Amino acid sequence: MKKNLQRLDLIFKNEHDTDVILQRTLARNDDEVINDLISSGLKGRGGAGFPTGLKWKLAAESQDDEKYVICNADEGEPGTFKDREILSSVPHKVLSGMAVCAKIIGAKKGFIYLRSEYTFLKPQLLNVIEEFHNLLDSLKLNFRVEIFMGSGAYICGEESALFESMEGKRGEPRNKPPFPTDFGYKGKPTVINNVETLAHTYSIFKYGPDKFKDLGIQDSRGSKVFSVSGDTPIPGIYELEFGMSLQKFVDDFGDGDSKAVQVGGASGFCVPRKRFGKTVIGYQGKLRGTSLPTGGSMMIFNSSRSMYNVLHNYLDFFVEESCGQCTPCRVGTQQLLIGIQAVKKGEQSSSYLDKLLDLAEAMRVTAKCGLGQSVANSFSSIVENFREEMIY
Amino acid sequence: MAEVKQLVKGLADLHGRSMESLLPILQGIVHQEQHISEDAMVEVARELNISAAQVFGTATFYSFLHTKPLGKYVIRVCKTITCMMHGKNQIIKELETVLKINLGETTHDRKFTLLETNCLGQCHKGPAMLINDEPYTELTPEKVREIIMKYKQQEINAN
Repeated sequence: MKKNLQRLDLIFKNEHDTDVILQRTLARNDDEVINDLISSGLKGRGGAGFPTGLKWKLAAESQDDEKYVICNADEGEPGTFKDREILSSVPHKVLSGMAVCAKIIGAKKGFIYLRSEYTFLKPQLLNVIEEFHNLLDSLKLNFRVEIFMGSGAYICGEESALFESMEGKRGEPRNKPPFPTDFGYKGKPTVINNVETLAHTYSIFKYGPDKFKDLGIQDSRGSKVFSVSGDTPIPGIYELEFGMSLQKFVDDFGDGDSKAVQVGGASGFCVPRKRFGKTVIGYQGKLRGTSLPTGGSMMIFNSSRSMYNVLHNYLDFFVEESCGQCTPCRVGTQQLLIGIQAVKKGEQSSSYLDKLLDLAEAMRVTAKCGLGQSVANSFSSIVENFREEMIY
Repeated sequence: MAEVKQLVKGLADLHGRSMESLLPILQGIVHQEQHISEDAMVEVARELNISAAQVFGTATFYSFLHTKPLGKYVIRVCKTITCMMHGKNQIIKELETVLKINLGETTHDRKFTLLETNCLGQCHKGPAMLINDEPYTELTPEKVREIIMKYKQQEINAN
């Protein structure tokens, strides 16, 4: 198979110049740094895609003596494993992003919320943090970073559930607004960024916004770290330019028999073969049509896979991980699972799938947080594109 | 009971007695005892001056905090999509054979508990499992047998 991968090397390049870059960036005017971030077009890499510069600006404008910077390392989306790699190979970039943010918004304390599945990373990370604190002392920045361990809850990747969890409560998402930049951890203004997002800010401090902006298309700027798994001869972590067509992706990564790609994990979209050519990976405007935002999870399925089994596995996942707080999600996820089982067994006619699609849409509108709302993404895209597989 | 009391007090001294200390304290109990007993929950509530119901609510929300006794080594096999595609069922079958227990059970000597878990973030190296905090990836039935033997040997040496 001919491979013509255009890999980038921004995030994982280890250059040992943290002290110089950090000193230079901390010495700059806060507004300038924020403007650089805004003009770079960097958007949150956890999947939701909120502009990073704007988030920092809002938190900086929020009036409070106590503020926090949190790095969201609760990477739980099925098919995602990039943050683990970033934290183990270039943690100083993530910490530098946190430190610059802390200086700009006026925070003295930061946390890395690390999922418990990654506990094995903690000892090495603590060493890096200790060294980093020494660097901060020499730069006279009063900022300290702690690790807060998760305890196995997918929902805690949702930012407000993460705050609740840090406050000793069940990880149940809050209503929004108020947003974290006004009312975050302990009710204080908080910037919470994904691991990869923070690592990208370092590249922008170092190379300037233009180099970042030159990569990607339209609203999707810069590079993106993809986690590639499933039916591929080359699973792994790849930094690629944003905005590539799914067809090109499948040509590079597929095994020649790819029938579908799940973009964005269990809460993302399933794209069937016939739409590979029309689909672009990136946040082009809204979530509709031919563009797909993604936290970077790319799972490839070949023609030997049953899409019923795939959907069943996702729904098992959502039934377990729904926090149970709001009815649409708690009951909806269970009914979707029972529903497809009944259709498969012939206990319900195939038209029952349409009712289930309606239910999934109702969840998109009525669920309290992103978990319940996005169940419809994978459910509808699989049921609509692989309807026969659900029935026979 | 007295032991639990000491453990909880020590953890509260270490992490503090605010609500923000609750999860670290519960994690500390699990680290020592593999599970959080009712006695421990009541003790935590007393130390933090909150209701036991609140402690129970938090303790039962998280999948890595258990309220039922588990073995010394908790094996969690990833059951999410790509690990499933790459043969996690065979891995579980092998573990059941080697440990002579079913999924969800603990061995008689209380050394091993076999569980499934959601995505471990090792999808490119599936099937994967955790034994306590340690990840094991690209598993095959042979590899699983070797890993378990290693742990069993370790236990024999320790005695």
